[in-house]
Amino acid sequence: MEEILRLEHLEKTFGTHQVLRDISFSVNKGDVISIIGSSGSGKSTMLRCVNLLEEPTGGKIIFEGKDIAGKELNLSQYRARVGMVFQQFNLFNNMNALENCVCPQLTVLHRKREEAEKIARDYLERVGMSAYCNARPAQLSGGQKQRVAIARTLSMNPDIILFDEPTSALDPEMVGEVLDVMKRLAGEGFTMLVVTHEMAFARDVSSRVIFMDGGVILEDAAPEEIFNNPKQARTREFLSRYLSR
Amino acid sequence: MEFIREVLGIISQYYSYLLSGVGYTMLIALIGTAAGFLIGLLTGVIRTAPKSKNAVLCALHKIVNAIIAVYIEVFRGTPMMVQAMVIYWGYAFLNDGATLPLIPAGLFIVSINTGAYMAEIVRGGIISVDRGQLEGAYSVGMTHAQAMVKVVIPQVLQNILPSISNEFVINIKDTSVLNVIGVTELYYMAGVIKRINLQTFQVYTVICILYFILTFTVTRLLRLAEKKLAGSDNYTICGSGSDSQAEIHIREAQ
Repeated sequence: MEEILRLEHLEKTFGTHQVLRDISFSVNKGDVISIIGSSGSGKSTMLRCVNLLEEPTGGKIIFEGKDIAGKELNLSQYRARVGMVFQQFNLFNNMNALENCVCPQLTVLHRKREEAEKIARDYLERVGMSAYCNARPAQLSGGQKQRVAIARTLSMNPDIILFDEPTSALDPEMVGEVLDVMKRLAGEGFTMLVVTHEMAFARDVSSRVIFMDGGVILEDAAPEEIFNNPKQARTREFLSRYLSR
Repeated sequence: MEFIREVLGIISQYYSYLLSGVGYTMLIALIGTAAGFLIGLLTGVIRTAPKSKNAVLCALHKIVNAIIAVYIEVFRGTPMMVQAMVIYWGYAFLNDGATLPLIPAGLFIVSINTGAYMAEIVRGGIISVDRGQLEGAYSVGMTHAQAMVKVVIPQVLQNILPSISNEFVINIKDTSVLNVIGVTELYYMAGVIKRINLQTFQVYTVICILYFILTFTVTRLLRLAEKKLAGSDNYTICGSGSDSQAEIHIREAQ
């Protein structure tokens, strides 16, 4: 298995408050890893550290064999290869759906407009949003915005995609349409790191589940292992609250 | 009735003076507002730029920020009429009595004064754009500069256009203070006409009306521009499950 990403003893402190402690794991090509845990356990902070929206205060991030703090990778190139889908979508409000997918390709990857538009239309089609190319974010529903955001990320042809609670800001009816897209991507072999509260997704779609609590990784195992036979009492407690609902 | 006859008389007799005054007033207000906006944009972007990791750049950024802060406080905290006198006669004092040409001097004073106000307007505009917009741009690999140009500034422009319009209207009226250094704008021209015909009330009534026509027209035009910039509320959904050629035009209620 080809390793894409490895975190080594990652730490993050806000002031005197330590949010992440000794986070280490590696991601292979094609892995779909769900990161679960209660709010405040550091899941999102960990994901934001991976593409340096938050700067880690300790440890290393190795991307395709290179330390991303080193000189070999510049930040812009690195982020272009690590896609991110946000809870709040963060589509560019001043552009329509198509332009949201085209503009980053032009500015960051320096693709030709014609090529960029073709790629953008292709991915918008695949997330079922091609009919809304000229709609602005304000004219779309939450689920539609999130699907455009996924198309924007895919248009950059990233090596790995980070999802930061992609369905948490959606009302229940729209969660399904976004999860369907994510399941399809997982099936197509995309490497994905998903912070989520959707236990069904974690159990049925991911190849590995990481359970975080209090800023550390408590368990890192196959989904069957975590859901059927959790090692830690804390994991059992967390899951029982979810699965009893 | 005599009053109206005298007012019309002033307009027909001195229209070339009045037109020339209106011309300079609008020229200085327009260019002053535009230049002030550019100053505001530049200072706004500098002041909201993230801290550099390079120690030298970081220190430089701090120094520039301090200079900008002093500039804003001084120019917002003193009357433009006084600024005009200090700059115009200060230049003469430092250059053995040689004075600045009047129109460029007026343009400079209005620009630098407007810039101080615009700096705060633009900074507020940048801060009010959701942080997620920047993070979205960073996450696809845009640099801070690219994110500003492509994503943030276009939204700032749309949000602050009403404030820019407001500054422009204020400038149309406030160029009148430039008469203290002898710039031949509308208020100065009124003084010239008054000294010829001694009809003070009538003359200033005429320019009062002229100022109002200018500001009212400009306000309406800029309101139209705002609507245009807000973009169309209409869009088209192309294709459906049964017919790929189908089009649905969505039109939002006004």
